[in-house]
Amino acid sequence: MVAQLVRLKLTLLRNGLRRSALQVVGIVLASLYGAGLLVVFVGGMVALSFEAPMVQRTSTVLLGAVIVLGWWLVPLLVFGVDSTLDPLRFVTFAIRRRTLLLGMAVAAVVGVPGVITAVATLSTAVVWWHHPAALVAGLLAAPIGLALAVTGSRAVTTAMARVLARRRAREVMILVVALPFLLLGPALWGFSQLEVSVDAEKIAEVVAWTPLGAPWAVPSDVVAGHWADALGRVLVALVALAGAAWLWDRSLAHALVNPAHEQAGGRARGLGAFGRLPATPLGAVVARCLTYWVRDPRYAVSLVVVPVVVVVLWFVDPGDEGRLALLAGPAVAYLVAWGISADVAFDGTAFWTHLAAPVRGTTDRAGRLLASASFGLPLVVALAVGTSLASARPSVVVPVLGLSLGVLLTSYGVASVLSALVVYPVQLPGENPFQSKQGASMASIGSQLAGTASVVVLVAPTAVLAVLALRDGAPPAVGVLALVVGVLLGAVVLALGVRVGGAALDRTGPDLQRRMTSFT
Amino acid sequence: MQEHPTAPGPGVDAGVDPTLAARVPTAPAAPDAAPAALEVRGLWRRFGAKVAVAGVDLVVPPGSFYGLVGPNGAGKTTTLSMATGLLRPDAGTVLVRGHDLWADPVRVKGMLGVLPDGVRLFDRLSGEQLITYAGLLQGLDRETVAARTADLLGALDLVADRNTLVVDYSAGMTKKIALACALVHAPRVLVLDEPFEAVDPVSAANIREILAAFVAGGGTVIVSSHVMDLVQRMCDHVAVIAGGRVLAAGTVDEVRAGRSLEERFVELVGGRVSGEGLAWLRSSSD
Repeated sequence: MVAQLVRLKLTLLRNGLRRSALQVVGIVLASLYGAGLLVVFVGGMVALSFEAPMVQRTSTVLLGAVIVLGWWLVPLLVFGVDSTLDPLRFVTFAIRRRTLLLGMAVAAVVGVPGVITAVATLSTAVVWWHHPAALVAGLLAAPIGLALAVTGSRAVTTAMARVLARRRAREVMILVVALPFLLLGPALWGFSQLEVSVDAEKIAEVVAWTPLGAPWAVPSDVVAGHWADALGRVLVALVALAGAAWLWDRSLAHALVNPAHEQAGGRARGLGAFGRLPATPLGAVVARCLTYWVRDPRYAVSLVVVPVVVVVLWFVDPGDEGRLALLAGPAVAYLVAWGISADVAFDGTAFWTHLAAPVRGTTDRAGRLLASASFGLPLVVALAVGTSLASARPSVVVPVLGLSLGVLLTSYGVASVLSALVVYPVQLPGENPFQSKQGASMASIGSQLAGTASVVVLVAPTAVLAVLALRDGAPPAVGVLALVVGVLLGAVVLALGVRVGGAALDRTGPDLQRRMTSFT
Repeated sequence: MQEHPTAPGPGVDAGVDPTLAARVPTAPAAPDAAPAALEVRGLWRRFGAKVAVAGVDLVVPPGSFYGLVGPNGAGKTTTLSMATGLLRPDAGTVLVRGHDLWADPVRVKGMLGVLPDGVRLFDRLSGEQLITYAGLLQGLDRETVAARTADLLGALDLVADRNTLVVDYSAGMTKKIALACALVHAPRVLVLDEPFEAVDPVSAANIREILAAFVAGGGTVIVSSHVMDLVQRMCDHVAVIAGGRVLAAGTVDEVRAGRSLEERFVELVGGRVSGEGLAWLRSSSD
């Protein structure tokens, strides 16, 4: 059964690759990237084998813990868990759940991230090639750590999906996930004040008794001859593994007979934004987008990072001049404006409503943009002004505002063109927000990189002027120039973006629709 | 030869409820010697190696109730998507009342009312908002949209659910709200892909009445369906399509040639297999 599931996953991956050249490119790039990471990691492990025992122990424990924690938390934050083998698909077959779990866990390692993690974790044993006993211990403990990472990741996403079917719970969750990031700034600041190496050792000692770090500390215990400690850590890891498997099993048992159903939250009162905005096609598009910004959690998720960015920049700032915090305006401008690059993809096949109506591409572009700008523009202006006034030199407000507006307008322009050209699979509304779409990440990352590069190039003149204006003793005229150039250049890019993107959409609309139909 | 029937075709439910008919926006009567409501010439479309539509020609006379029937995978949805601007044909032309759809989509799309199959709606909107959205996108003014939305919600028995989000609608209600979106701008030609799928019998009868009234008012309706019986009763014209080609087209009476449409369809399409091969399935009954 396990072998069958692994074979099924391989078949699904191969068929997916056969369907689209883009995915082949994606997996090749991902593999190259992963191979590069692996070379660095394994090289690091070899180098580490010549270091002092304490350094070896601290490094392996912390690295291993980060890998496990990454598997547990990253799916919650960004990519989602690979859903090639959706357990719900097996619900009509007579397969024992335990067998299904084991098969899914093994199949989860099949794939680029899984293989890289497997090789990386096994390579930690290389550190102890001087001590045969420790080497063997490392080779035995690493698979336990890998199993802990994979099982924990599945347990967390399956359990959380059930909780997060409720909208209120998802909002709370967003806060909970954001919290570590909020603490990251103060924590980094704290570290910079302390003697780091002493601290890392202490942290590693604590982490080594948690499920995150226990498997990785076993070999060094063997080297030191602390057999009781080694045994204890193996026990910690195994108990945690059993716990994760139990949690996954319970959550899956529930999910199999209660498929995720998002409670959309029922009813609207009257026409909402449709009644307040002008009764034109443009007004209707704006009203529809605004309604979705409020009602569709996929949009809200794209804004979660905004407060995180602001707070992190605020706390990471080394001095008390507030200079780094000045970046909050431009950074948030990019994040908010870039959000509309996924707009058509978020529509999915519902995009036909625009196609079937006599709506010009420019109306579509302008509508989506205005909806986003209705809150994006005030937010960015407030941030730019606020961070400037709170910094050591309030007069920087002029160039900072210029750069922020430049980034906002330029990003809107570029995103308007990009989303008329590229769509990629995204979660459907109401789907488990922690499931990633096959082939989604690479296509999206590729287009995102190209688009972001365009934004950087187009904003460069404004950015140069703004940086010059921020230097001590720069004449105020430079700041004013940054503002003027930022707004004017941004406006030109915006107008061109809407025009070009609209014309492109008139041409590509049916093709985008067809691509999105093929995703489902 | 194009027909121009002034009365509902054979088999359409007699005695259309006049109040219902009056509440639903209908297309104005077609002018004399009008071009075909929809004319499709040499339509081709392939997906990868598979040719989904291989040279489809159709002429839908104005004022007709036109059925498009065919087995699964025959190319019905692909043909209708290309005829309504949702999918670009590899070759061929689509004329709506004499205007080339793909040459001037924005102008022609206003004449069409479209209900596609197998696609999502903007289902985070309430029913009322969704119809309003469709109406405003068509360029109607606020008062017209509001009045027609109220009429359509009434005619389709959705008044009680006007404020419910479409995502919480049942499959049948979703079909009905999509139909309302297709009707709100009083199109000249309605193109409906499987409008009766998942719709309960009462709602289906309501929808048939609305469509019959629409045709009686001079509009043209094109529906695709698997249900031969329904097409035979409801439509005056029919085209049988299979393997991406039109096998027969004309008035229903011409196509069925004295037999039932279902018999004629099976004869044209072929592919009946007897169930005797599955002998082992019988043992499961005891």
